[in-house]
Amino acid sequence: MDMTYATAAAPTVAKRKRSAFARHIVAYLFISPWILGFLFFTLGPLVFSLTMSFYDWPVVGERTFVGLDNYRSMLFEDQQFWESLWITVKFAAIYVPFNIVMSFLLALMLHHIRFASGFFRTAFYLPSVISGVALVTIWSWIYSREYGLLNFMLSFVGIDGPNWLGDPNLAIIAIIIASLWGLGGTMLILLTGLKAIPKELYEAATVSGVPGWAQMVFITLPMLGPMLLFTFITSIISAFQQLTIALLLTKGGPLGSTYFFAMYIYDNAFKYFDMGYAAAGSWVMFIIVLLLSLGVMRWSAAWVYYEGEVRQNDGDGHA
Amino acid sequence: MRKTLLYSALILLSALFIAPFYWTFMTAIKSTAELYQFPPVFWPSEWHWENFAAAWNKQPFGTYLTNSLIVVVLSTIGQLISSSLVAYGFARFRFPGRDPLFILLLATMMIPWDVKMIPLYMEFNLLGWINTLKPLIVPAYFADAFFVFLLRQYIMTVPVEIDEAARMDGANAFDIYWRIHLPLMMPALVLVGTFHFMNAWNDYLGPLIFLNDQSKYTLTLGLSMFKGLHEVDVTSIAAITVILCLPPLALFFVAQRYIMDGAVGSSVKG
Repeated sequence: MDMTYATAAAPTVAKRKRSAFARHIVAYLFISPWILGFLFFTLGPLVFSLTMSFYDWPVVGERTFVGLDNYRSMLFEDQQFWESLWITVKFAAIYVPFNIVMSFLLALMLHHIRFASGFFRTAFYLPSVISGVALVTIWSWIYSREYGLLNFMLSFVGIDGPNWLGDPNLAIIAIIIASLWGLGGTMLILLTGLKAIPKELYEAATVSGVPGWAQMVFITLPMLGPMLLFTFITSIISAFQQLTIALLLTKGGPLGSTYFFAMYIYDNAFKYFDMGYAAAGSWVMFIIVLLLSLGVMRWSAAWVYYEGEVRQNDGDGHA
Repeated sequence: MRKTLLYSALILLSALFIAPFYWTFMTAIKSTAELYQFPPVFWPSEWHWENFAAAWNKQPFGTYLTNSLIVVVLSTIGQLISSSLVAYGFARFRFPGRDPLFILLLATMMIPWDVKMIPLYMEFNLLGWINTLKPLIVPAYFADAFFVFLLRQYIMTVPVEIDEAARMDGANAFDIYWRIHLPLMMPALVLVGTFHFMNAWNDYLGPLIFLNDQSKYTLTLGLSMFKGLHEVDVTSIAAITVILCLPPLALFFVAQRYIMDGAVGSSVKG
């Protein structure tokens, strides 16, 4: 198998065409693991679940084709759909900015110290190491009204601790805090990005008398652009799929105040065994998240800079 | 002065992240009497190390550990190979359909797990993989969108001129991947390996759906079994949690130096 690139020697037109073709084959070979995985572990299941969303599909018994009925009744008749969607949007609107800004600030602080930096890095990452089941157990101890660590601490400053998980206004905040506790992964990605910025850029800027804030705006943020974009999108995705913590910590309560969209789908599937309706709900979520992410990607073109980007005009045979 | 301020803030913040972990450890090692005392006991008067062995022996955790290790090791290897190959393909080639395919790849990250879970179960059932470890291992050999995106972003920060210089010297596409980009993205690979290790090690939903027999269980399933009983066994949950945290933590300690001190910028410059 010929896997070579086009040779540098002055190519004839025919030769150039052939090498372009060979390059395409090579490229497809490189991405083939994902293409195969996509077909078998993503597209197949997706088509199946899309099919299910057009059916009244109970776990046992007859399934009947109902067309768009699942979607229609979800959007126009199901109040719980809109409520759970609103709770999820609220959660994302707070969680995503906090997650990124706090991770970025922590990464910056860690980037500027030498002594004990390994210790602090590990400290911030520690919660991300804990499994979901364990994390929830720990937080239910912390939030407990009478025996909780949090209210015990608050009692020192004379505050009579509230019932964190029993108050509809506080429960969602409690879940946001518990979720932010796992920001170590995001912080680590941003820190890796910070370390990758060439020091010469800062040295040159300092020599030219560029002040610190300007170095931040014109060097750090643009150079970190790809990493910031990455964490932005993955934060949105994880916010919308929030399930484990809410499911185990509050079970959607109190008064449905933490009844997330993912839980709405989960209940339809595994509590009411209405697989078709649940599949329709998951497709609605998929479309919302997809549109949000594409919006962010488009918007990011204004501020993300790729040093190694393959420019539009240097490629061969781009159809 | 500025350093003092910075360190004070860091110490305060890190306490918030460590305290619950400390609490879990102390819960595991306390006597039952001190467990329910109020105000809470922060420093147990007696250290009951035997709580760990007792929790471990309440279920066949040795078997669970073996299963977890098989899944984690085999799937991590697959993930590193497949994701880096795909990332290189997307970062360094122009081919018909590349951009739509990449958007498709990103889109797969946004698919709620609910959508795929039931159909995947049926698919694995058809293959006869239910109640085996295969559903937890094999998909890792077909690249993960999250990791492909991460590695592709990483490769794109490497100037194209390096590839071109290698090509002038007669290197083929695989050489450039193997000899140039793999070493260059080592810090990102360690990051991917660490992340995948954590995901696989802590995965609860996958084992829950695909495994039936206790002899096939992984550690997280064992841990969750404690919650299923009529009364929550706090000491055992805490003890197993501590044990469960040790391997990923050890890996992170080893890996973090590699991630941070890696030749990220230095080998690219000049």
